[in-house]
Amino acid sequence: MMTATHFAFFDEGSKKEIRRATLKAVAIPGYQVPFASREMPIARGWGTGGLQLTLSLIGTQDTLKVIDQGADESVNAVSIKKLVQETTGVDLTEQTEAATLIQSRHRIPEVTLTEDQILVLQVPTPEPLRKVEAREYVTKRLHAEDEYSGAWLMLFEQIMKYGKTATGADHPVFVNHRYVMAPSPIPRFDNPKMHQSEALILLGAGREKKIYAIPPYTDVASLAFEDYPFTVESFAGQHCHLCGAEDVFLDELIDEATGETYYQCNDTSYCMGRLNSGERQEVVHNHV
Amino acid sequence: MCEEALLRVRNLDKRFGPGCPECKERTNRNLEKNYCSVCGTVYACQDVSFDLFPGEILGIVGESGSGKSTMMQCLYFDADVSSGEATLNDPELQDENMFQLSSQKKRYIRNHKYGMVYQNPVNGLKMNFSSMGNIAEKLISAGKRNVSEMETTGNQLLESVHIPLFRSKEEPRNFSGGMQQRVQIAKALSNNPPILFLDEVTTGLDLSVQANVLDLIKKIQRESGISMVVVSHDLAVIRMLADRTVVMLNGSIIEQGLTDQILEDPQHAYTQRLVYSLL
Ligand SMILES: Nc1ncnc2c1ncn2[C@@H]1O[C@H](COP(=O)(O)OP(=O)(O)OP(=O)(O)O)[C@@H](O)[C@H]1O
Ligand SMILES: [Mg+2]
Ligand SMILES: [Zn+2]
Repeated sequence: MMTATHFAFFDEGSKKEIRRATLKAVAIPGYQVPFASREMPIARGWGTGGLQLTLSLIGTQDTLKVIDQGADESVNAVSIKKLVQETTGVDLTEQTEAATLIQSRHRIPEVTLTEDQILVLQVPTPEPLRKVEAREYVTKRLHAEDEYSGAWLMLFEQIMKYGKTATGADHPVFVNHRYVMAPSPIPRFDNPKMHQSEALILLGAGREKKIYAIPPYTDVASLAFEDYPFTVESFAGQHCHLCGAEDVFLDELIDEATGETYYQCNDTSYCMGRLNSGERQEVVHNHV
Repeated sequence: MCEEALLRVRNLDKRFGPGCPECKERTNRNLEKNYCSVCGTVYACQDVSFDLFPGEILGIVGESGSGKSTMMQCLYFDADVSSGEATLNDPELQDENMFQLSSQKKRYIRNHKYGMVYQNPVNGLKMNFSSMGNIAEKLISAGKRNVSEMETTGNQLLESVHIPLFRSKEEPRNFSGGMQQRVQIAKALSNNPPILFLDEVTTGLDLSVQANVLDLIKKIQRESGISMVVVSHDLAVIRMLADRTVVMLNGSIIEQGLTDQILEDPQHAYTQRLVYSLL
């Protein structure tokens, strides 16, 4: 099908258009830049926004990592990797440190990213005000006027209903003290990783045709009321049953046989890395 | 009155449509009711001027289509005026024509100086958010960021408009029309605005519920001294609430003065018909 007539699938004109939108996004941190989202050989809603960013950015020297909810081997991540590799021939990796370009859905890797890396996040719903205002021309105006009562109101309603802010993921953030932004459905645990991130973070929404960005070293603050401070998911007292990690985002699993709850790193490559790098001895030493 | 006006409105014009040589000049405008039969432009408000004094209730009365809601929407910046001036006697805004301010500044005035109760509650409330959330929205807009403080304020307000506290987290879409209007009133009052606009707040409500809401408005005015502009096509409502009254017809003010005087001794032929047909 897609014979490699074009490097990285797109013709140069398309890449240019996406890069132009990306540059604008970088210049206005947190601002949603519209772009002409293209038809992709994967269904919209399956990361086409992120994929278009990746394809517009990637060069022959890059090493690509793709993760889906923390996992490198998920079907979705694999099919994206396959498409990119078939059209570019770039190296793939599962190791966060080895990647120059990381496309991710729903997570920011546990390993701190560096200036030499770009993180591309897939976004299903880029508009943080959509739940309070359905009309795009109105939300655009609200952003322009720095009018974010709606975002606060949503948090307020959650507190009224559940006694706390119940955003499981996609908890809105203030970017560079100006724009309220949907960080994509990453857990709250990952929000602080955006603050002053050394790596450029790009966010792409294919269906909604928006690109936005957090340039390196940008202030990113999660919205929180004075008397309900922002908190991340807590795994206090828990650790990964494989690698022993404590200060990471853990998945809660249930042993079918015993019915017991146990925990495991959500970021599989991080977990593998620890297991392979001799930390294991330490872990075994500490936990067994 | 020698007291200084709180809100001054001068020469407010609002037209829908481009206008044409036949209708553009105010002085020799030839209109069919409020529209130009040549180009179809609607002159919803024409040269509307009035003052609102501190602590008074000003009534705006007129038949359907006379431009009352349009005028309120202009004052509350929901719609742009075609021309005109509105100034607020407020140290922050001294003598500035509010119609010419930036939209941020207008928003600031709405959030800090004004409260609005719309004719239709759908325009003033988020029907699928809790009543408490609806009140909080106004408080958040006015810069509040403390949940428990907002809840305390919200509960006090809901209590003052007789919404039982156990229903404070319910969505107004479950409420009766009268209750929805009372939540709107609570919301409008939440930022302690010096000025409250009320557009046909009792229209569509049962008579007993109407009396209820009117009593509430009267009580709020007595206790808080807030200035109000009350729009109604119902002279009974105006009679009960308004200290002074403005009569509108086809977008223009045809008569204004003390409510008692207007009801006892209307000067304009239209007002006379209006008053006598009702008395
Ligand atoms: N968006 C619009 N476009 C064109 N004409 C409009 C628009 N909005 C209002 N009008 C016209 O402006 C005039 C004034 O309407 P408005 O709603 O202000 O009257 P009102 O006095 O509030 O009437 P009611 O008592 O029925 O609420 C009417 O002739 C109306 O048809
Ligand atoms: Mg009206
Ligand atoms: Zn005309």
